[in-house]
Amino acid sequence: MTSAKGAGSARSGGAHPGAGARTVRIASGQGFWGDDLEAPVRQVEGGRIDYLMLDYLAEVTMSIMRKQLARDPRAGYARDFVALMERILPACVEQNIRVVTNAGGVNPAECAKAVAEAGRRAGTGGRARIGVVTGDDLMDRLDALLADGHALANMETGEPLETVRGRVLSANAYLGARPIAAALEGGAAVVVTGRSTDTALTYAPMALEFGWPWDAWDLLASGVVAGHINECGAQASGGNCMADWWAIPRMAEVGFPIIDASPDGTFAVTKHEGSGGVVNLRTVKEQILYEMGDPTTYVTPDVTADFTTIRLEEEGGGNRVRVHGIRGRPATPFLKVSVAHSAGYKAVGTLVYAWPDAAAKARAAAAVLRERLDRLGLAFERVLVELVGWDATHGHLAGDPPADLPEVQLRVGVRGEDRRAVERFTREVAPLVLTGPPSVTGFAGGRPRVREIVAYWPALIDRRAVEPHVGVDFIEV
Amino acid sequence: MRESVAKVRLLELAHARSGDKGNTANVGLIAYDEEDYSLILKEVTPDRVKRHFKDMVTGPVERFALDNLHAVNFLLHGALDGGGTVSLMTDAQGKVFSTALLRMEIEVPYEVAARVRGRGRCPEGRGGGRR
Repeated sequence: MTSAKGAGSARSGGAHPGAGARTVRIASGQGFWGDDLEAPVRQVEGGRIDYLMLDYLAEVTMSIMRKQLARDPRAGYARDFVALMERILPACVEQNIRVVTNAGGVNPAECAKAVAEAGRRAGTGGRARIGVVTGDDLMDRLDALLADGHALANMETGEPLETVRGRVLSANAYLGARPIAAALEGGAAVVVTGRSTDTALTYAPMALEFGWPWDAWDLLASGVVAGHINECGAQASGGNCMADWWAIPRMAEVGFPIIDASPDGTFAVTKHEGSGGVVNLRTVKEQILYEMGDPTTYVTPDVTADFTTIRLEEEGGGNRVRVHGIRGRPATPFLKVSVAHSAGYKAVGTLVYAWPDAAAKARAAAAVLRERLDRLGLAFERVLVELVGWDATHGHLAGDPPADLPEVQLRVGVRGEDRRAVERFTREVAPLVLTGPPSVTGFAGGRPRVREIVAYWPALIDRRAVEPHVGVDFIEV
Repeated sequence: MRESVAKVRLLELAHARSGDKGNTANVGLIAYDEEDYSLILKEVTPDRVKRHFKDMVTGPVERFALDNLHAVNFLLHGALDGGGTVSLMTDAQGKVFSTALLRMEIEVPYEVAARVRGRGRCPEGRGGGRR
């Protein structure tokens, strides 16, 4: 693997003294679909970066996009990304910043077309190429795969997918860094994928730029750790950080993390000079532990990384943490598959009770509501009563509420297969205002909405059933 | 002997972040000071954590040590009412299970308690100021 490609191969100038070799700076611009819209703009304008990584996909996002695609064959991707590219593609082309994103959702080809149109509107026609990674979507092949003996059993419960086959809404394999690297090698200024792993968006550029072989396990594992730190945006640079949160400066203009990567696999986590937030050992450790399973075995399509080998040191000058020492093992023969299937209905209703005896009133109201649901003969798989302001997040650990609690929100949720039962529940909450305990308010939002539950079904598949179908297409802006 | 130990909340010894994987919440617990990591390993056992959460965690509790980060990672299986989109819980993705664990009290040498007293709390007071 070489980094031979068009404009964009020559990276130079380590940003920190003593680093010696050239570094590649990969900026995080988006940690989920709905994240700070201005963050990627700040990353492009705030200083030198080589790559901009934008993560838009969570487990449930794919099924939402699948529903949008069913209504409109040109939908099914993160539209925010198109608007963003219209804003920043000229600057990216000018400064030779390449964009890597999973914004393609369940329709990467249409996403790329929309970005090309946006790029032309923004005046970059003829000056940029978009690479589209395809082959993660298994929906059209699902029955053939099952017939071939791929059970796609639920990783948590062991049940075969057959048990919910008729309710499946989407099925996507998590792809790794290779097709992204191939797209970049083919000269793409923007790479759009569907369901790639979040981490691959960061380490694909590292593997390509530094010419890492795909069996250099320690190097790839370092890339995975960099990707894990980058993938949730500001969660690595002061956002949602418990350690001395009150002392973290200027969160209104928080600097998202930047991975300053070296060819030997070591890297620094940093952010643009002058931006808000903070990068230190505590913010980086918190992000490393986020959504962690067995830290010795962090499985990705390209390598299995051992997070117990990570070494961290703060470097002089502040807002810079050096990361090194990471070990990896060969990748597994499997890829993870994310299946979404419909799983009944749910609704949540809320009312607010005021002092005195706010909690006692809320509990009494919940009891009245439950008795009414019983008398109506409505059956639910689950009814959950929480007092927000008292025990909703800490349960029994919150202890008994004091009698002078100023107010509490009663929050009742129901879930079940019978849509009509859930629908009827939504009509039983407001009547409590006139037919239950006193000093109640907060019902102005109207009846609760019935929501279809889209459940997530994690599975594994033999990678040989997916990889021959993975490809890269290019379109010109 | 007894007067040489004192109770502290984990909040004073460690910070934490939590997240979800399906119906499992994870809590990463990170010692503020390296020297307190071994205390955390000794006192905050999976059994102890399971007893702390009681019915909030319906499945087993697993623990993984990260000596390199002076941190431990707990997996709380069956903590999220089915998880993600299925769950009816306010905290369906386990985002603040971290703080529920930090309520736990453990016994530590008196000098440790004196050193960490008050940590983890906003110095400007608990009220967050008036509007």
